Amino acid sequence: MTRRIKFTLGAIAAVVLSTAAFASEVAPDAVEYGDEGVMTSLTGVAGDPAAGAETFKSRKLGNCLACHANPDMAGEQFHGDVGPSLEGVADRWEEPMLRAIVANSKQIFTDETIMPGFYSLEVGKHVRESLVGETILTAQQVEDVVAYLGTLKE
Amino acid sequence: MKRLLLAGVVLAASIAGSGPVWADPVEDTLEIDGMPIVTQTAAPEGHPFDEVYSGWLFRSAETRDLERDTFENPGMIAVEDGEAMWNTVMGSEGKSCASCHEDASVSMKGVGAHYPKWDADSGKPINVELQINKCLTEQMGAEPLPFNKNGQRELTAYIKHQSLGMPVELDLTEGDMQSWWDRGKDVYYTRTGQLNLACASCHETAMGKMIRADHLSQGQVNGFPTYRLKNGLTSLHQRFRGCIRDTRAEQPKAFSDDLMALETYVTWRGTGLSVETPSVRQ
Ligand code: HEC
Ligand code: HEC
Ligand code: HEC
Repeated sequence: MTRRIKFTLGAIAAVVLSTAAFASEVAPDAVEYGDEGVMTSLTGVAGDPAAGAETFKSRKLGNCLACHANPDMAGEQFHGDVGPSLEGVADRWEEPMLRAIVANSKQIFTDETIMPGFYSLEVGKHVRESLVGETILTAQQVEDVVAYLGTLKE
Repeated sequence: MKRLLLAGVVLAASIAGSGPVWADPVEDTLEIDGMPIVTQTAAPEGHPFDEVYSGWLFRSAETRDLERDTFENPGMIAVEDGEAMWNTVMGSEGKSCASCHEDASVSMKGVGAHYPKWDADSGKPINVELQINKCLTEQMGAEPLPFNKNGQRELTAYIKHQSLGMPVELDLTEGDMQSWWDRGKDVYYTRTGQLNLACASCHETAMGKMIRADHLSQGQVNGFPTYRLKNGLTSLHQRFRGCIRDTRAEQPKAFSDDLMALETYVTWRGTGLSVETPSVRQ
């Protein structure tokens, strides 16, 4: 009996939690880009820098090392240099600007930038069918990466 | 065997060493068995770059050396396989390619340097792969070779190799070549996929930069089919499709109108570079 109640409560809590997360998540086309970047969290849940570092490294997720050197990840092979080194990037940009750059760098740099928009539906033509309507990263993954970038101080 | 082993050693070495930081193309000159190869030359009128560079100049010293010597070049096995096919009877007419074209070193010289060409019969540009299929079906009573299969890459490599060292030059005044060039240019600058990148994003704007372990070249086609140390003999449309896949887009079909237009345009972007088939790349 107690087991059953526990299970039910747990299930309800899970439903409530996920609804809550969903309700406060900003949709990709609703993100507001201002002069100082994106002021509010995309999820309302604080980013986790350790998870952000994993997302940053992963070739399937951020793959940020493809284009950026990052001395904080000196143990990883092959850092690209299509974009600038991210050493000390948190000294150059505040959190709202880092969030804007990661979510949709075209809003901050120019339309011509090579950096993909990781939480944007402004994408190229002929998107792979399985990815239509999907962003590269989830809102929480963006928050995690932003939290990780926040640790990159000189 | 020795060639394969060598390729393995080079591959292992390049994985073991941590990414060397190159910037621009290296300064080096290429001679293949004594034949001078143009790997850098002034760009044609209307080209976005002043100089065009072969992808050879962006590869490591070990990879460059493999291409210098036809005995070391692992792609030469494919050329030999292509030569065997050239002399093999195929189809209901009992003919081989050699029955009509005889010595390929004479009859096919220059073909690799001037394709794609206008094909009045289909009203489209035709490349070497499709010309092979045209002869197979119309002259030999044989089936066309499916994309990348049944020796298509090898026979193409054999034919293009007959133009080794000759400068690439297209005749855009034939038929509607110019409008296919225009269309290919559109394809080249169109951003595709979830990553929202065009050919030009990587091969023009970021040329000379490192993207992870890869040194970005101008994406020239003068060495195709190319021998990739990672993947073996690789055809041009396979390479196009791979680059497009990497932008997380649907891949156009090989020999589709978009890719034929792209082949026409990108070949022009390498005007003046020598044919290097089979080139060696990472
Ligand atoms: C395909 C290449 C590419 C990838 C992948 C990429 N970026 Fe960038 N990034 C750039 C370029 C290029 C710039 C410079 C802006 C410009 O010139 O358009 C840049 C700029 C930045 C900046 C501003 C740096 C500064 O010092 O001003 C940050 C921060 C950044 N990127 C973070 C990231 C993160 C985090 C990821 C992974 C989630 C990532 N980038 C993935 C190409 C890339
Ligand atoms: C029965 C004779 C015949 C046979 C056999 C034959 N061809 Fe052809 N080939 C032609 C003719 C005729 C042309 C020119 C007309 C055309 O474009 O179809 C031609 C043209 C070509 C061209 C273009 C040459 C140029 O200068 O543009 C190539 C390449 C070619 N053939 C390859 C092959 C290959 C490879 C084979 C074997 C699979 C082959 N041919 C078999 C008759 C033949
Ligand atoms: C995300 C970056 C990227 C994009 C976008 C891209 N490529 Fe590539 N491409 C590469 C890399 C990396 C290589 C291997 C290193 C090199 O030669 O640049 C390559 C190699 C090539 C090569 C082989 C060059 C040689 O010397 O053998 C060709 C040809 C090529 N690309 C054509 C294209 C075309 C055409 C497009 C557009 C449809 C395209 N690429 C889009 C990254 C890209």
